[in-house]
Amino acid sequence: MNENAISLSSVSKSFGAFQALKSIDLSVAKGERIVICGPSGSGKSTLIRCINQLETHEAGEILVNGIKVGTEPKQLEAIRTQVGMVFQSFNLFPHLTILENCTLAPIWVKKLSKAAAEAKAMQLLERVRIPDQAHKRPSQLSGGQQQRVAIARALCMEPSVMLFDEPTSALDPEMVKEVLDVMLELASEGMTMLVVTHEMGFARQAADRVIFMDQGNILESGPPTEFFANPRHERTRLFLSQILH
Amino acid sequence: MQKLSSDAPGWNAVRSLVGSPFNAVLTVIFAVILFLALPPFLTWAVFDAAVFPAVPETCRTAAGACWSFIVAKHSQILFGIYPFDERWRPLLVCTLLIGLLVYSIRPSAWRARLAGFWIVALMLSWGLMRGGFAGLASVSTDNWGGLPVTLLLTVVAIGIGFPTGILLALARRSDLPVIRLLSTLFIELTRALPLLSILFIASIMLPLLVPEDLLPDKFSRAVIALTMFASAYLAEVVRGGLQALPKGQAEAAQALGLSYWQCQLKVILPQAIAVVIPALTNTIIVMIKNTSLVLVIGLFDLISSGKAALADPEWSSPSVEVYLFITAIYFTLCFGFSRFADRLEQRAKGPSHE
Repeated sequence: MNENAISLSSVSKSFGAFQALKSIDLSVAKGERIVICGPSGSGKSTLIRCINQLETHEAGEILVNGIKVGTEPKQLEAIRTQVGMVFQSFNLFPHLTILENCTLAPIWVKKLSKAAAEAKAMQLLERVRIPDQAHKRPSQLSGGQQQRVAIARALCMEPSVMLFDEPTSALDPEMVKEVLDVMLELASEGMTMLVVTHEMGFARQAADRVIFMDQGNILESGPPTEFFANPRHERTRLFLSQILH
Repeated sequence: MQKLSSDAPGWNAVRSLVGSPFNAVLTVIFAVILFLALPPFLTWAVFDAAVFPAVPETCRTAAGACWSFIVAKHSQILFGIYPFDERWRPLLVCTLLIGLLVYSIRPSAWRARLAGFWIVALMLSWGLMRGGFAGLASVSTDNWGGLPVTLLLTVVAIGIGFPTGILLALARRSDLPVIRLLSTLFIELTRALPLLSILFIASIMLPLLVPEDLLPDKFSRAVIALTMFASAYLAEVVRGGLQALPKGQAEAAQALGLSYWQCQLKVILPQAIAVVIPALTNTIIVMIKNTSLVLVIGLFDLISSGKAALADPEWSSPSVEVYLFITAIYFTLCFGFSRFADRLEQRAKGPSHE
């Protein structure tokens, strides 16, 4: 039996001559919250994008809830309905209303009725505190509101794992908190979360484990208290000294 | 110079006409042109024009335009060499097609059943024109002519060419090398040939290469040639729209579990096509007018029917009037489509931003 939500063994990925991931091993328990940080180009985004196969890994094995991740249409469908993702640039669909953004996949992928999908979507939009914007288009919302809609949209598929790819990096500073609050709430409800972020406050508050990546390797991994107090690697210390002022 | 300070709408018009020296010069030039051209044109087209009775003598004595020729010959111009006693059939077809075109303009009509209406209407049109059943005399496509030919060629070439163009555009961006190569080859070959030569290949070369029993008639070959041509051009316009979309849109759709086709139909194409509506309109209007080129392979479209009507020796060949009449029909089709595209564009933009 595999009790892990996610397990990666010897996963490698290259873009041409550049090796983005070098034989990564990582296990994530169900309900565990992991924050991944590291300098740009360290492979942290590639790592989580391999989990839902927006990037295909070349070697190694990825399991999500015990199911092998691969490029077959059946495998893709199985993985993507279980793994939700939130992007740095929100990627809401601008031609659809907020509500339609949230009901598109439930209606077409999960074959929910329109009414059921809308009820579910409204419930989640309430959770991220923007039900009154349901009939607007994304461009009429602020960045923070858009990112909260993107989280609601992903949650509408009832995933068991949520991936966040730098969810607050494209936001104005005063909007970061409203998005982090929604993520903290989600964390407190026991969602398995992998979050690529440099928000170390979020890491301290919500993470079970912080992972530091550099040049396609996981250099360091541990509980936030330990990670921030006693980083073992020189590279980690240098990185932390640069982002924590 | 006195400064214009008022914001009244009247002032805006004045400002755009004479606000700058350049605008003032343009305004004067166009005023002179209008002043020189409009009165003689109106005299010719309206005041001195002859309409009734619609007989050749009216035209010989008329000082201005001879509209009585259009009145007398409208049926031949509109329906070409279609047998005289059967002309209620093309009239019905034109009414049906134009009626459905007008119906299709309304956004409330854009449901799945509209496609069904069009398929039924086109099959009905074909059946009515062709005949040979239910007591209708059979009329070979060689005897079709005029407006129904122009309408059928336009509707079928664009109606099939547009979806085909979308498929070609998607294929050209496919991850599968064979599909990509085939689509690229088709598009580049078709675009590299003038439409005239494609029509000549369809009408003259194909009969030499394909056995007679397997060969579709000339009209169908022209339809296929026009459809191929339209699809290649429309494919490139659509591809432009596809390339304008950020990659994140497809990624977000994939991450939500949408399949390739769901992603294209629900997320990518609605946005990609909205971006290129002006370019699509342009291409489609050119295609509407391109249908007139079928006259080189001996099909009687609107223009060739008009020319044939002018050949009547009884009349004094009022060709300007005939071509103005045909121009008015083309203008209505093209301008109507362009207004329709404008509305589509407004709609695609959605509610205005706060």
